Amino acid sequence: MNKRPPASDWSTDFDHLDPRWTEDPYPIWNALRQSCPIARTERFMGAYFPSRYEDVRTIAYDTEHFSSRRPVVREYRPPLIPAPPITSDPPEHRPAKQVLLPAFTPEAIERHEPRTRDICRELIGRMAGQSRCDAAVEYAQEIPVRVIAHMLGVPEQEADQFRRWIKEILEIGITDLDVLMRAQREMIAYFAEKIAARRAAPREDLIGYLINADIEGRSLTDEHINGTLRLLMIAGIDTTWSAIGSCLWHLAQHPQDRRRLATEPGLVGSAVEEFLRAYAPVTMAREVVQETEISGCTFKPGHMVLLSFPAANRDPAMFPNADEVIIDRKENRHAAFGLGIHRCIGSNLARMEIRVALSEWLARFPEFHLDPNLPVTWSVGTVRGPRALPLLLGA
Amino acid sequence: MIVLRVRVDRERCQGHARCFALAPELFELDQFGNGRERGDGRVAGPLEAKAWLAKANCPELAVEVIEE
Repeated sequence: MNKRPPASDWSTDFDHLDPRWTEDPYPIWNALRQSCPIARTERFMGAYFPSRYEDVRTIAYDTEHFSSRRPVVREYRPPLIPAPPITSDPPEHRPAKQVLLPAFTPEAIERHEPRTRDICRELIGRMAGQSRCDAAVEYAQEIPVRVIAHMLGVPEQEADQFRRWIKEILEIGITDLDVLMRAQREMIAYFAEKIAARRAAPREDLIGYLINADIEGRSLTDEHINGTLRLLMIAGIDTTWSAIGSCLWHLAQHPQDRRRLATEPGLVGSAVEEFLRAYAPVTMAREVVQETEISGCTFKPGHMVLLSFPAANRDPAMFPNADEVIIDRKENRHAAFGLGIHRCIGSNLARMEIRVALSEWLARFPEFHLDPNLPVTWSVGTVRGPRALPLLLGA
Repeated sequence: MIVLRVRVDRERCQGHARCFALAPELFELDQFGNGRERGDGRVAGPLEAKAWLAKANCPELAVEVIEE
C-alpha cells in the first residue's frame, strides 16, 4: 500500500488509502463539500465519493440504481461472496434481515450487558498498577471480539484469529485479492465446522438461533447461515473497537468533556451519540447498477460508491458546528449506523458496548492523557479508528 | 389548547430505536426493534420536550409530532 502514487487531486483522483486521508480525513472532506461535492477517481476501477449528507442519504435510499452486493470498495472486483443481509438488495434483503432482527433488539442486547461489563472490568483489572497503556490494544480491541464470541458461542481464545481475518478482509484485502480470498475460505471453513457441531449438539447461541430460524417456513441453508455468521463477525468487531478507541482518543485530549462525563454519568447517552456522529467508524460501499444522476454527477454502472457516513456526519448543512464535539448536542440525526434499509443490525449492540466500555473506563480512570512520546496510529480503509492509542493513566 | 400527539411512520422507520431510548414513555418497539407510538400517541404536558427530542434524533425522519 506504501507504493501507491499519492492522490494528485482529491476531487478527481481521491484515494481513501492515501496516508493523508488515513491521518486526518476531515479537512479533505470539508474542502470537497465546498467545491465538488461528489468526488471521483479512476482508482479502484472507478469510484465516487459523495461528501454531503444529502447525497449520502439519497444514495443510501436508492436501491434501484445502487446495489449493496459489494460492501467494500476494492482495487478489483472480486467474485460476489454473499453475506446476507448486508450484501442483499430488495426483495431478498427484507426477509434476510427480519430473521435476524429479534436477536438484536435493545431488549435482546440487554442480556449481554453483564458479560460485557465483566469483560471490561477484567481488562481494566489487568492494567492494575500500570501508569501507561495502549488503550486500543489492551482495551478497545478486546471488548467487541469477546462479546461477539460470547454471542456466537465460539471460544474467546480464538480472538486473534478473528482479528487477523478482519484485517485481511477489510484492510490488506482492499488491494490484495489472494489475501481476501484466502481469508474468506478460512472463515467459511471455520463456520461450516461450527454449524455442523451445533446441529449435532444444539445450544442457545446465535449459531443455534440461525439453525432454528426460518424464512416463510423454510429453514436457512448452510450457505446462508455461514454468510450471516461471517457478516456478524466481521461487522461486529473492528467497528465497535474503533468507536471505543475514538471515544477514548477524544476524551484523552478534552479534559472538560472527560470531567463532565465522570461527574454527570447521565450524559453518557448523548455523548456516545455525539462521538458516533463525529468519529463514525464505518464507510460502506455501493455498486452502481443503473446509470443515474445525483447533484449534477453522472453515476456510471460498474463503478463503486464510497458511501461515507462519517463524511455525512460532518456536513455543516445538517449539523451546526459539525467539526465540534458537543457531548450534550440535542438534535443529532447522525448516520453512523447508516440510513435506509441497511441500517446496521448491530446498532443496539454497539451502543451498549460503547456505553459500558466508557462508563467502566471512566469509573477506574477519570484522568488520562495521550502519551506525548508515542504516536497514535489509525486503521486504513473502510473502518476508521485508532490502532495504537498510547495513554498515560492518572492525573 | 394545543395537544401534542406523536406518530411513527412505519414505512420510514428502520429501527434505530432512538425514540425509544430518549422517550420510552411515548414510544415502544415491536419484536423486530422497530418503533411505534404508545397507545394513541397523545403526549402528556410534562413529556412535550421529550416528544420533540425524539423527533430531532430520528435519522430516518420517521417520528412525527402533530399539534392538535
